[in-house]
Amino acid sequence: MVVVTQRFERLNEEKVFKDPVHRYIHVRDRLIWDLIGTAEFQRLRRIRQLGTTFLTFHGAEHSRFGHSLGVYEIARQVINIFKNRNDWDDSETLLSLCAALLHDVGHGPFSHSFEKVFGTDHEQYTQAIILGDTEIHRLLEQAGGDFPQKVADVIGKTYKNRLVVSLISSQIDADRMDYLLRDAYFTGVSYGHFDMERIWRVMRPCNDQIVFKLSGMHAVEDYIMSRYQMYWQVYFHPVTRSAEVVLTKILHRAKVLYQSGFRFRHQPVPLRTLFEGKMTLQDYLRLDEAVIMYFFQVWQEEDDPILSDLCSRFMNRRLFKYVQISKDQLNVDDKLKEAFIKAGIDPDYYLEVDSSSDCPYDFYRPGEEEERLPIQLLMPDGKTLHELSLESDVVGAITGKRRTDHKLYYPKDKVLALPEHSIAKKEICELLHI
Amino acid sequence: MLEDHAKIAALIHQAGEIAGRKKLQKMVYILQKIGFPFHETYRFHFYGPYSEELTMQLEELCDFGFILEKQTETSGEHYYCYRLTEEGETFLAHTKQLPYIKSIAEKLNAETAAFLELVSILLYFDRLPRKSAIEKAQVIGKDYNQTDMQRAYTFIAALYANKPVGLSL
Repeated sequence: MVVVTQRFERLNEEKVFKDPVHRYIHVRDRLIWDLIGTAEFQRLRRIRQLGTTFLTFHGAEHSRFGHSLGVYEIARQVINIFKNRNDWDDSETLLSLCAALLHDVGHGPFSHSFEKVFGTDHEQYTQAIILGDTEIHRLLEQAGGDFPQKVADVIGKTYKNRLVVSLISSQIDADRMDYLLRDAYFTGVSYGHFDMERIWRVMRPCNDQIVFKLSGMHAVEDYIMSRYQMYWQVYFHPVTRSAEVVLTKILHRAKVLYQSGFRFRHQPVPLRTLFEGKMTLQDYLRLDEAVIMYFFQVWQEEDDPILSDLCSRFMNRRLFKYVQISKDQLNVDDKLKEAFIKAGIDPDYYLEVDSSSDCPYDFYRPGEEEERLPIQLLMPDGKTLHELSLESDVVGAITGKRRTDHKLYYPKDKVLALPEHSIAKKEICELLHI
Repeated sequence: MLEDHAKIAALIHQAGEIAGRKKLQKMVYILQKIGFPFHETYRFHFYGPYSEELTMQLEELCDFGFILEKQTETSGEHYYCYRLTEEGETFLAHTKQLPYIKSIAEKLNAETAAFLELVSILLYFDRLPRKSAIEKAQVIGKDYNQTDMQRAYTFIAALYANKPVGLSL
């Protein structure tokens, strides 16, 4: 019981982190402070928030550590506004703050590529870190035997108090607000900005959801448009996607080589259990981007020409080029593969269709689903709710409009380096219109 | 390339026409959970497991002309129905190692989307004791009663019992 009291303890003095987005991040709870100090949370300093985006926007070197603190800070500010209002249960405050802080703790190095090649799932690792044998689990447990499970449930969106879940995951939540502003700041792009403080001020807890006062509609519109711009200008940038393709191919090649008994000059010891499909949580926690980048660096010297070439491409930013593809071009897929094989370029590692798709805003329609909760506006009578797209012409124009883009990535330099009169070269150039 | 797309197209083909995005989402999730190698990433959304990746694959299959998406309305509710096109059949004819899951696909397709949603939620919580899984489903989902739960568990047991031995895609 004494220990439980300690976990809810407030620090004698407030601790602050200087932050470029929020100016200061304020910590008053001992549990939050201690969680930040754990090895599992500190590991997030070594994992970039935007993966390979730094190869496109050189400023994008910021980490998941900063983002996680930012989400915590936004949740803290919003809860301060909710305090003492009907529908907000103050006893959920610490739980909400812990969930906000830890929502991304399971991310690994270059998560999306790893997930594609090895079938790992960062959300499962988040659950495993919170519920498994970790420093984080031991700290959370001191706040109550069921407290780690509650934190995991909030992050997994299966917690009974939907208002708490909405704070961390909804169409306008602490996670998105932080990453849009943080990613805009670090990439240096001029879009992605919106008046976050104005949004906080018009947020209200209402039954099991967060709603927004009608007077703040324009700030919400701005947020939706910022999100739209950031997706297409930053997150789906074709150069970043190309880097992601090359990175995925490296991991794929390394895995195939390992499984076929290839003798690496530089043994990938920390990756062994991953390649063997036997990775433990402790093995996973030992991985970070420094480890992966080290192997990419040394694998440039491997005897396998594909692995060394792909690593050299990634390290020296000689990425794949792309062509837009349509339905018609997709049908030439087999011909293109054959031409690549004829040219001696392995299509498994040098050809990839990559698609990007985003729907900037949508709402749940009975009987159908995008599984998105609508953004509700609170009318001046303080009771009636109207769904955002019905009030806002701007949002109405983009509601439910999914935009998709397909590109085919390939190593143009390798194709152009083929002998001038080679039939395969001619075929590839014709098929790719280059 | 497009192997996962082909599996989805094959599922639609073997199920006949699938009425509703939700139904299709839940069918793929259920098949994945009972061991069929569909690889789409699912996350728990507010109304059960949902895959953004599958949504995108469907859209791409439509863009490529391999499946046809048609909007229909029943009792004021809008549904998107999916079926394979002739081009889709050609696409499948050129794809190796497709699943043959006609019987289970038809069995799933014969159920309502709402029922498959409940089945999906219970499967999502299958690591929990049954009592806790039911509690979770009731907290998160709609007003399910004991009969719904019982029927869903019987359905799940039958799926596992009838799963082909040594199946592979």
